[in-house]
Amino acid sequence: MKNDYIIELKNVCKYYKLGDTEIKALCDVNLQIKRGDFLAIVGPSGSGKSTMMNLVGALDISSRGDIFLDGQNIEHLPESDLAQIRGKKIGFVFQTFNLIPTLNAIENIALPMIFHGVGKKERMERAEKILKEVSLTHRREHLPKQLSGGERQRIAIGRALANDPEVILADEPTGNLDSKTGMEIIKLFVDLNKKGKTIILVTHNLDLIKYAQKVLKIADGKIIEHRKIKQQKVK
Amino acid sequence: MKDHFFLAFSNLRRRGLRSWLTMIGIFIGIAAVVGLISLGQGLQGAINEQFEQLGKDKIIIQSKTIGPPGSATSEKLILTTKDLEAIKNVRGVESVVGMLMKTSFLKFKDESKITFAIGINPEDISIFSEMQNFKVIDGRNLKKGDGFKAIVGYNNAVDEKIWKKAVEVGSTIEIEGVEFKVVGILGKTGDPYNDAGIYVPKETLREVLNVNDEESEIIAKTQSGFNPSDVADAIIRKLRQERDEKKDQETFNVQTSEQLLTTFTNIFGIVQAVLVGIAAISLVVGGIGIMNTMYTSVLERTKEIGTMKAVGAKNSDILQIFLFESGLLGLVGGTIGVALGIGLGKSVEFIAATALGTNLLRASISFPLIFGALTFSFLIGTLSGVLPAMQASKLKPVDALRYE
Repeated sequence: MKNDYIIELKNVCKYYKLGDTEIKALCDVNLQIKRGDFLAIVGPSGSGKSTMMNLVGALDISSRGDIFLDGQNIEHLPESDLAQIRGKKIGFVFQTFNLIPTLNAIENIALPMIFHGVGKKERMERAEKILKEVSLTHRREHLPKQLSGGERQRIAIGRALANDPEVILADEPTGNLDSKTGMEIIKLFVDLNKKGKTIILVTHNLDLIKYAQKVLKIADGKIIEHRKIKQQKVK
Repeated sequence: MKDHFFLAFSNLRRRGLRSWLTMIGIFIGIAAVVGLISLGQGLQGAINEQFEQLGKDKIIIQSKTIGPPGSATSEKLILTTKDLEAIKNVRGVESVVGMLMKTSFLKFKDESKITFAIGINPEDISIFSEMQNFKVIDGRNLKKGDGFKAIVGYNNAVDEKIWKKAVEVGSTIEIEGVEFKVVGILGKTGDPYNDAGIYVPKETLREVLNVNDEESEIIAKTQSGFNPSDVADAIIRKLRQERDEKKDQETFNVQTSEQLLTTFTNIFGIVQAVLVGIAAISLVVGGIGIMNTMYTSVLERTKEIGTMKAVGAKNSDILQIFLFESGLLGLVGGTIGVALGIGLGKSVEFIAATALGTNLLRASISFPLIFGALTFSFLIGTLSGVLPAMQASKLKPVDALRYE
């Protein structure tokens, strides 16, 4: 039976060493994220929100505590297992898009499937479908440098959906976009959430919080607020 | 794996200019190695053929001088007709041919040259022709009773090759002011010395040059059923006794054609190894170039590596992509190098054939050479990429993504 919580953090701490000084980026964090949630993580620069995203996304390991992803404790797993978990269960969307410049739009979308052993035919069929979902079929063969910022981010979202993950982790996804394009991207997240995806949106733009269902505020490496909010429709 | 190869290839394509510059090191090295080996193999093959023609049953006796046969000046060093007669009596010797080779002043029409005149006993001409692969293509060969007659190598009979005007049957060539009538033209042998030669009856040459009983080179043929090296040993013993010389202090050299070939092959092998070794240095430099490019690439693409890891790439995936990339640099560089090397070998062959008139220097392009060169270049590329690829694969995703 599936666990109600897709992500659970139990007493998680993350320390960084800076010379002889130990910096506590996160301290005794306990968090449960339900399947299908749309959670906005907010906080000022250096508050620990990126650290939390890295831990939740299995990009980094904690200094203490346990992190459960879909019921599985991902701490102490070898890097190869973590890579497989990232590829299958989490889709990343970055502020700077992070598309591979030598690959065209459809190849960028198909990239995670390569590392997941999906055959070329199936890979291209699925990528084609995703391309349609993000409304960029006409940009199929274009390289990232030939796309606008909004189009690049749509391709990045398409790539995040490649292996049909349950969780989409978006780190400042509208940070490099104008407000109109940014809203189009947020609308895409809302639509994906409606289709059952768990969305975790890390942002310092307080205007975006209202489109989420829950908000989590972090300051000085601690959760200072975690509550439900009234989700507003994207105009 | 095919997909990893595609990812590697697309990266190389993106860095077109840098990829080409990196490959220069490899293709210069491979071109030099392929060119030298192909020419070396061709030369070795041609020499083997020459020795085949000479036959395994021949024993060559020369004086111990540094220069070519006929250059001995000291009385003690010179081989004589007496030595030749002594060799005839050695058990196992079927026949013996002696040659007199002397640099002489030659004149044809208004042109003069200082070159080799070769004296052969007309009675020995058939065995000599068989050894040297001589065939008369115009006129006739030397025969018993010929006096001031000559046969000439092929190149003498071609305009502007040795003489401005081609020598013909019936022409007159002067040796040290004495006229010799040309009675035959020899076919091309491919050996520039043979093709430039002027052959006259030995006794007549002795008279003209005032040389008594000198023999510049003696070739003995072994009787069938005898081992040439045993017969060679017997010749050494006989000559030692005849010339009153002690063991290891001989003034002459006796070698079977097989021993000569082995000696030549050994010396040639060392020369070739040194040349190929020097050429291989550029391959090492090329390898370092690839390593440098790959390290730069890892640094430039750190964020890309982080992204690939974030979307599910394992360390082994990253390792493979980078190894394919460096291997491809080597392989493509090697392919161009092989093509250039073949071109280089064939150009040298062409120049040697047209300018020097020799077909000894020919490029031998074999499948193992091409396959070996390509495999070697791929390996150099891959090995040069191992350290950068390992560095790339071990990057922590979180650190790689943060890299600016």
